Amino acid sequence: MAISRRKFLLTTAVAGSALAVGYVVLKPEEDTRLVFQKTARGGEVALNAWIKIDASGTVTVAAPRAEMGQGIYTALAMLVAEELDVDWKSVQVQDAPVHQVYANREMLRAALPFEDGYHQGENTSGAQFMGWLAELLSAQGTGGSTSIRDAWEPMRNAGACARHMLVQAAASKWNVPASECLAADGTVSHNGSGKSLSYGDLATLAASLTPPENPPLKNAADYKLIGKAVPRLDITDKTTGRATFGVDVKSDGMLYAAVNVAPVMGGSLKSYDREAIVKMPGVVAVAALPTGIAVVADSWWRAKKAADAAPVDFEDGGNGDLDSEGIYQLLEDSIKSGDPFTYRDDGDADKVFENAGDDVVASYQVPYLAHACMEPMNCTARVDGDNIQIWMPNQAPFLMRYLASRIADTDVENVQVFTTYLGGGFGRRAEGDLAEQAVRIAMAVPGKTVKLLWSREDDMRHDMYRPAARSLFRARLDDKGRPFAWFNRIAGQVPTKSFTQRIFDFATVDMPDNTSSEGSADMPYAIPNLQVQHVPVDLPVPVGFWRSVGHSYNAFFTESFMDELAHKAGQDPYKYRRDLLEGHPDYLAVLDKVASAAEWDLPMNSGRGRGIALHESFGSLVAQVAEVSVMPDDTIQLDRVVCVVDCGRVINPDTVVAQIEGAIVYGLTAALYGEVTLKDGAVEQGNFPDYEMIRLNNMPNIEVILAPSGRPIGGIGEVGTPPIAPALANAIFNATGKRVRELPLSKAGLVG
Amino acid sequence: MPAIKVNGEVRVLDIEEDTPLLWVLRDTLGLVGTKFGCGVSACGACTVHVNGEPVRSCSTTIGDVAGKEIATIESLATDKLHPVQQAWIDHEVPQCGYCQSGMIMATTALLAENPDPTDADIDAAITNICRCGTYSRIRTAIHAAAKNMREG
Repeated sequence: MAISRRKFLLTTAVAGSALAVGYVVLKPEEDTRLVFQKTARGGEVALNAWIKIDASGTVTVAAPRAEMGQGIYTALAMLVAEELDVDWKSVQVQDAPVHQVYANREMLRAALPFEDGYHQGENTSGAQFMGWLAELLSAQGTGGSTSIRDAWEPMRNAGACARHMLVQAAASKWNVPASECLAADGTVSHNGSGKSLSYGDLATLAASLTPPENPPLKNAADYKLIGKAVPRLDITDKTTGRATFGVDVKSDGMLYAAVNVAPVMGGSLKSYDREAIVKMPGVVAVAALPTGIAVVADSWWRAKKAADAAPVDFEDGGNGDLDSEGIYQLLEDSIKSGDPFTYRDDGDADKVFENAGDDVVASYQVPYLAHACMEPMNCTARVDGDNIQIWMPNQAPFLMRYLASRIADTDVENVQVFTTYLGGGFGRRAEGDLAEQAVRIAMAVPGKTVKLLWSREDDMRHDMYRPAARSLFRARLDDKGRPFAWFNRIAGQVPTKSFTQRIFDFATVDMPDNTSSEGSADMPYAIPNLQVQHVPVDLPVPVGFWRSVGHSYNAFFTESFMDELAHKAGQDPYKYRRDLLEGHPDYLAVLDKVASAAEWDLPMNSGRGRGIALHESFGSLVAQVAEVSVMPDDTIQLDRVVCVVDCGRVINPDTVVAQIEGAIVYGLTAALYGEVTLKDGAVEQGNFPDYEMIRLNNMPNIEVILAPSGRPIGGIGEVGTPPIAPALANAIFNATGKRVRELPLSKAGLVG
Repeated sequence: MPAIKVNGEVRVLDIEEDTPLLWVLRDTLGLVGTKFGCGVSACGACTVHVNGEPVRSCSTTIGDVAGKEIATIESLATDKLHPVQQAWIDHEVPQCGYCQSGMIMATTALLAENPDPTDADIDAAITNICRCGTYSRIRTAIHAAAKNMREG
């Protein structure tokens, strides 16, 4: 309870300060139709905040979520088109402007930092508060695998409302009862007279009508699009080079910027020789940044060459001695003597462990990870007096708008944010650092559009990293080998705090944060005495949200340790888990399905092994079986991954499968190679040769099986990532008897 | 002043000879379908054809390609999509799509040389990085495109 109260105070403080800085102006009376109407081109008419129709009948759907590969533009358009009854071929998508109406309420609800019974869809006071906060902040963001969960009601509703208004418009034109009119495939027709009008003909009149309050929605059995494998709307542009990513934004007379910033964490600009820099070829301006300089030139290559050659000195912010060894030591010390928050406390684990017993004790560790989006970080900005325009591949346009307005000391209403396609996001593009830099730079060349682009090295060395983390387990088994008591203490930095501090530097207090213990405290296994704690650690390394956040390490820790217990008990790891899932038929179904699909009981040849892992994250259940072979040089080859997913209702099955395949590769890349290390206060890795990736030649065979139950809709973008590391590590144990407790595997010489 | 032939058109450039081809294509000529990924030939996002060979344009200077024929992703589809592009669409390969221009250019170069590549041939030739992990679909699409091209 104390936890809830403290966290409530923090969120209230954040909301209060947001109001205090004029961040949000609540306009309850505003006609939200006009929000989208303002973006109209070529005679488009908005019927509500999500739908515009032009005279030819082309339907443009507002997409307030970022398309970063997950197929969300297509899925959101499907929700609208399903209820609108429009020909799919006439549907297109446009990035939505920033507005309260597009706030992602589910993203904030899912980020509810304390336990108040809210998990998925429950109407708790915490969930209500977070939904309200989302609106207050206009929290238009893409994260936490929430896009569909948030859009499911409002966007189907938008389609149904528009359809209703189009039918009403036709009925009034023909002077017939609306009940005699039928809407289908973008046309309204009248039963008796055979008259028909296209949506394009009806849009203007329909837009003047009052939207219905609660239009009826279709029964699932009548769906024509939802649940079908609909081709992605962006697929042709993404195979012809025509898709516009942030790096591709063009404007006449555009200038280009490159940076040279302090390599040391927390470092700052000391001095630079402006005169020398402006003499370099093509250089137009130099902008001082808090952490270094930006060089503006007539081409990016010239800007980059000048930035690299620029005479510039930095302060190291007192972090010049920071290195990975020290950080890992601090994590270990924090486990021993840190001040933890307790996230779960069933029974009395302390009491069990007071009496000595034959405990299983193990420590696990994972390193910092970079996001390494394929599209290097960039933001294009233009400052004209009080007006700011930003073109950016980003996951949080509301945040970019706020930060831009703060840097330029102007009102948020004067900032326009255009969200391009994202060449990968993974959480990195929810960060505002590029927008802040780009606006500072654009202020140095007022009236000019300037494209700020980081090099790959800038990205690798100035990411907001997945935190390094350590986890200690102690377990006592009962006489049947089942865990009777389980203690888990995790230590690491907390991304939410780091993220919030980057926006509001006063947010320095450690608060409980479910994202640090997620995937551990919420385990489904029946263990009578269960305690899970997390010790927040302070370090100058910026940490952020990395695909699946806390689940990315806690799944590895808990599902590996569960395997250790099965081994200690002398039991099959699949059946061991099975026995601990009483009362969780949905988990059990997914686990059974993966075991059967992977032919778990089939014996394997010597030198081969199988591992299993089960994990719930973002409202979806995922189980994976990994199969490995030991190579003649004792390295490990991953042969096959079988994956079963229960995410409730599926909108577009093929993109769901694609997301799971991709999320497995993302987690696998991290498990095999991913490690960001520090030396002398700076990140040692700079580019892909030092931060290796899975490629075609070591891509395993992945089989994904969708097994939707009647669960509420779950997330998809992140949920495939968490189980792969433990499934792989457990397979390695099965094949070799070696227990992997540290990632990446390359460190242990297991990767060829 | 170096002159290059890009997608059939001769371009004379007033630019330093050490400028990478990638930046000439993107910023000077506005052909932004070719992508910047790493700048060190490690990821393949910037792959174009130089005299028909796949080349990583981030690490090839404009001086290196003077007088040569360069083809970018923009030249691939004529009146209809290239079979490789069509296979990419049929198999729903792209996710974020950022690496796919480079993947497709590397693949068209491979198939021009080897119309029926084995998995091992593909592994050896296509070393590009896809952070979304679309590799399985890329492999399937390469085989499908090769088959379609062989069968005309």
